[in-house]
Amino acid sequence: MAACLIPGLVMFILFKLYPAMQVFYRSFFLWTGIGDKPKFIGLKNFVDMFHDDVFLLALRNTGFLIIIVPIFTLLIALVNASILTRTKLKEKGLYRTLFFFPSILSFVVIAILWSFIYHPTIGFLNSGMELLGLGDYAMAWLGDSRTVLWALAVTLIWQAAGYYMVIYMAGIDSISPDLYEAASIDGATSFKQFIHITIPMLWEIIRITIIFSINGVLTISFVIVTIMTAGGPDRHSEVVMTYLYQQAFTNSNFGYAMAIGVFVFAFSVILSLISNKLTERGSN
Amino acid sequence: MAQIQANAAIPSRKDHKSVKPMIIIRNWLLRIVLIIQALAVVYPLLWNVLASFKTNAEVMESPWSLPQSLHWDNYVRAFTSAKIGDYMLNSVMVVILSMVMLILMAVPTAYVLGRMRFRGQKLISNIYMAGLFIGAVYIIVPLFILMNDFHMLDNRFWLSAVYATGTLSFSVYLLTGFMKSIPPDFEEAAMIDGCGYFSTLFRIIMPMVRPGIITMVVFSFFDFWNEYVLAMTLVTSDAKKTIPIGLSNLMQVQQFATDWGSLFAGLVIVLIPTVIIYVLLQKKLTEGMMLGGVKG
Repeated sequence: MAACLIPGLVMFILFKLYPAMQVFYRSFFLWTGIGDKPKFIGLKNFVDMFHDDVFLLALRNTGFLIIIVPIFTLLIALVNASILTRTKLKEKGLYRTLFFFPSILSFVVIAILWSFIYHPTIGFLNSGMELLGLGDYAMAWLGDSRTVLWALAVTLIWQAAGYYMVIYMAGIDSISPDLYEAASIDGATSFKQFIHITIPMLWEIIRITIIFSINGVLTISFVIVTIMTAGGPDRHSEVVMTYLYQQAFTNSNFGYAMAIGVFVFAFSVILSLISNKLTERGSN
Repeated sequence: MAQIQANAAIPSRKDHKSVKPMIIIRNWLLRIVLIIQALAVVYPLLWNVLASFKTNAEVMESPWSLPQSLHWDNYVRAFTSAKIGDYMLNSVMVVILSMVMLILMAVPTAYVLGRMRFRGQKLISNIYMAGLFIGAVYIIVPLFILMNDFHMLDNRFWLSAVYATGTLSFSVYLLTGFMKSIPPDFEEAAMIDGCGYFSTLFRIIMPMVRPGIITMVVFSFFDFWNEYVLAMTLVTSDAKKTIPIGLSNLMQVQQFATDWGSLFAGLVIVLIPTVIIYVLLQKKLTEGMMLGGVKG
């Protein structure tokens, strides 16, 4: 029995548990570089964080993505799932296959593709707008501080919507068809059925997917930002994860980087708890 | 139950006949919405394939045109000057190594946790569950330092070990569920026949949880094949880099020396295994999501 458990546990402790504990412990240290001896400085890293303008900007950008991306992703996923399960379109399997596809693509491939979609000269977003007579609005989407976060948000939504759609489709399939049958006999429109049957019956699944989506944005934004903008223009798309990485591996501020890690982890846990509280049944 | 539903369906189907044109119009409106979205998903990929056959001048000219001729030399350059083939080989190696390690760790662990009662079992299950919430970027700094101390950096074997550990939590969680659903009689019979723990595990249990193992392998394949952050940090020499890192380097280089053709060819080369596996295992993948709950 022990022989079964030990290989997994040893690796898990070595590569997951021990580093995770180190992050918490070392976040109280000043530690600059591998050769440097860590020095205990208490909460100073955490205090510094709130005087660090770049960190605060990164936190704000992350906050924007964490709110905007899950809302749109899950809404699109819900509507699509509901259309595909509630209407009897012959080719619904095809849509399902296509919409799910982006969620298994490499984030790197997605980031590179979307860099070219937004490309100011060869990108097809701008050239498409010209074709539609909207050429005046064409711009360098990733190079402008007003549009860069929205442009990244669209990429993140494109990546994830199909994934959550498949989860919701499974949920809707398990709702008793009698409910919809009864509602349509009573004359409820599809929209009313969506509001009064689909959403309440899926509520528990929706609550979980909100939390998964928030955490997904934190993780995926790292790759998307690193490749598409490198935090630019002028840090307007810097997110906490890219800032953490940069502090660690460009500036060798190991202690500070780990403090950021602890903060972001706590932040995501608190956000999940808030989301759980807000979406609790009974209040509505 | 089925009887009642069938009965209820007959009159309502009759009602629908009178409103059929409305339903057809509605279905077409919905269909248009879906087709627009499908195009938004497919066009970037299609454009990528088209661009991989174009010359630089053609890429510059218009994103909507077809390539004038098939420029296979983009693909040749992707292999010769951009070394996509080497990166790909590294990726294949890392994926296979990770997968072997993952199976060797996850299956026995899930077997014990799902089918035996002992002290500390709950604790171990909870420890693995906690792992679901520890993302790679959070622990990247101590992981890097640890692996530096142990001279594990820039080593494909240890990178694979980190990968396998990374998806271990999810895999154990997924497989434990499958293990619990097997009736205990099977093992008892095997034990009576004189099978030891290991031969019971391999001869009796593994075939029975095959759907679970397949789900785990499919999910993990995409995780391993696509991983970026760890590969970027833990591997330093160019000769050992995996394909996501190779591509992102290529992307960086393109900004100065414009050779878009070979970058797009590289992207297509990376997409091919993903598409093949997706087409073959699409059903398994989406079913697996329903079995194992939500992926982390």
